[in-house]
Amino acid sequence: MIAELGLAVLWMAAALAVLQLVAGVLALRPEGRQIAGLVRPVAVMQGVLVAAALAALITLFLTTDLSVKLVAENSHSMKPFIFKLAGTWGNHEGSMLLWVTIMAVAGGFVALIEKRLPENTLIATLAGQSFVSLGFYAFLLLSSNPFQRLPEPAPEGAGLNPLLQDIGLAFHPPTLYVGYVGLSIAFSFAVGALVTRDVGPAFARAMRPWVLGAWIFLTLGITAGSYWAYYTLGWGGWWFWDPVENASLMPWLAATALLHSCSVLASRNALKAWTVMLGVIAFSMSMVGTFLVRSGILTSVHAFAVDPERGSFILALLAIYIGGALTLFGLRASTVTEGARFSFVSREASLVFNNVMLCGILGIVLVGTLYPLLTEAMGVKVSVGPPYFNPVSAVFAIPMMLVMGVGPLLRWRQDSLDGKRAGRVTLPVGVCALLSAAVLLGVELMAPQIKLLPALGLAIAAGLAPASFLPLRGRNLRRTPLATWGMVFGHFGIAVALFGMASESAFSTERLAAMRPGDTQQVGPYTVKLEGIGPVAGPNWTALEATVSASYAGAAPAILHPQARTFSNPPGNRTESALKTRWNGQLYAVLGEEGEDSRWQMRFWWKPFVPMIWYGGALIAFGGLLALLGRVAADVRRLVATGKIAYRRSRKAQLGVGQ
Amino acid sequence: MSAIKAKHQRLVLLVIALIALIGAGLLAAWALKNQAAYFYVPSDLVAHPPEAGRAVRLGGMVEKGSISHAADGVTVNFVVGDGKARVPVRFTGITPDLFVEGSGVVAEGRMEGQTFVADNLLAKHDEKYVPREMKDMTAQQAKQVVAETK
Repeated sequence: MIAELGLAVLWMAAALAVLQLVAGVLALRPEGRQIAGLVRPVAVMQGVLVAAALAALITLFLTTDLSVKLVAENSHSMKPFIFKLAGTWGNHEGSMLLWVTIMAVAGGFVALIEKRLPENTLIATLAGQSFVSLGFYAFLLLSSNPFQRLPEPAPEGAGLNPLLQDIGLAFHPPTLYVGYVGLSIAFSFAVGALVTRDVGPAFARAMRPWVLGAWIFLTLGITAGSYWAYYTLGWGGWWFWDPVENASLMPWLAATALLHSCSVLASRNALKAWTVMLGVIAFSMSMVGTFLVRSGILTSVHAFAVDPERGSFILALLAIYIGGALTLFGLRASTVTEGARFSFVSREASLVFNNVMLCGILGIVLVGTLYPLLTEAMGVKVSVGPPYFNPVSAVFAIPMMLVMGVGPLLRWRQDSLDGKRAGRVTLPVGVCALLSAAVLLGVELMAPQIKLLPALGLAIAAGLAPASFLPLRGRNLRRTPLATWGMVFGHFGIAVALFGMASESAFSTERLAAMRPGDTQQVGPYTVKLEGIGPVAGPNWTALEATVSASYAGAAPAILHPQARTFSNPPGNRTESALKTRWNGQLYAVLGEEGEDSRWQMRFWWKPFVPMIWYGGALIAFGGLLALLGRVAADVRRLVATGKIAYRRSRKAQLGVGQ
Repeated sequence: MSAIKAKHQRLVLLVIALIALIGAGLLAAWALKNQAAYFYVPSDLVAHPPEAGRAVRLGGMVEKGSISHAADGVTVNFVVGDGKARVPVRFTGITPDLFVEGSGVVAEGRMEGQTFVADNLLAKHDEKYVPREMKDMTAQQAKQVVAETK
């Protein structure tokens, strides 16, 4: 019953999306004014209905209704509660329903609260949003119906892939999806502004909170995904340049560029066409990501559906939306008026530089990700990995991070680096640059074995960390706007993460050994001893568990329990690494298999400062949150103020009439 | 450092962006040519060996009875074959769970002399997760088996 209800509600939501599109398009014509009032309520209702559909699917998973095909194929009655819940989106159909839900709920939210934009632009935006949703509704309802029943209920479910049975599944996909889909709102705003030829600061201010919100979630999603891969895959790496990871990085890069150009447009009315273009690119990258991950063109734990029909469906959607938006952009770009001017030394110029470099990195990642697919189509199989991505993206990332230290100190429009401004800008930045140079020199002299890229990373992090606080210099800290604090934390987070990455690749030590219980090994500052190995059991797995005591430089030992788990439903294996975190790094232990001579393979890493990578990511997201709060608070204050003014005016008018 | 004329600013920005993007494209193309790791099956590897030290991937079947463990307990030697040619492989590390004789494997690494030294092994994780190159491999093998039994 719940399944049928869910499906019916989903169809109704799709029908409302059609209505929203038709009403929106008609309302933009002079003769269709009357139905303009329809668009907002329909958008809200659509969000409510599709959320109900998702709730229905979640209920089916929680009660393990095995007469539903999706539940039978992906769940199991004995699975822990949290994985039943998260398992709702741990499969192709469920994840697409989650995608559509977030999209429609976000659209409903825009319809409910957005009051700053001219009504026409907002209606065009909502129509654009429903047009995008429609494609995904069609995809869901026609080729991946999550509510399909089985002719006969299955006796038991097939279970969830063991690699996915991790708490990460509860957070990683929804956060990334909110990010992806938030960019669809930015895309719809861009399309709306192009349709009504209304690209200006008001458009940028309306779009900015959505871009910021999406960007925060993308940052969190990528950070969480990276940590998840780090501790579950048992390879000790935190980023593999896997196409699936790149699929989440590319929208992030585009969104970062969009975020910065948006603030130029909002404050200075410059970079108009460029911002619109980035809005289109950012969502296109989300779609490319979805296409890569969900089409089955890549085989990975992320690709649930290996079904060519679905692949071509997403490819068609991709072509329609991106092609359509680019055509619209081509037609309307010439009508977007020239923005305000600025000189080479100015805040705008540094942001343009940042944007161009981010697009450069985006291009590098995109080419590297698609290249193997292209060559494979021509019959040559290649794989592209860190030897390509690391140095080539650094060519763009390093200049960008250098400019990041200066840009926030510059004035809008025009600035100079000498005369009066030397003490404000040139001198402090020079000190930071000297710090970087000293670190680089120190690394080269003391530890020449460290490769160039990690050495540069350490040096830049050392200079960027203090430089990111310079915008606060000479300011009253209590009166500093939250958005400025957000920028400071965001940039500082980049320095922290960079330090973690550089230090991980410069100083990690690894020890691989076959050990008998009682044997000890030295890894970095740690002395590790294999105490014993025994069996343990969990709710739906059994495991061999090693007991390892690890002593840091002779201190009292900590106990670690790396496991090799065997899952029964569905059958599968997973290594469960064990971590010991200190302030200055992490010990990482993995249990391998038993050799012929009853020795156990053990692998240990000592990774100095590796947690900084994820702390940095969290700091970046925190900076975004501060900026978002600052912007929203300012908007609320403005709304309240205009409300009061309007109220007083109406009172005055009433009194005037009364007299 | 002076402000540019309004007419020209957009053009200048456009040109800078284009130069950067074209630069990125050229750089990417050049780097891909040098850095992409090509996928080889054993017969390709024997017929056209890559330059020594170049990162490549080798995919094939782990031959029955070929796995032997070295005395250090963490190095494993085995032979990867495709029915036509055989390549000895050395790998130091923890092997994937489903690394067994007679099953498919993709090894990432480089040729050192006559031996392929692998940095990483990718084996079939479960039914739903098969490295892309290996799917074809099993199909090829299946065809071969069918052809041989006929």
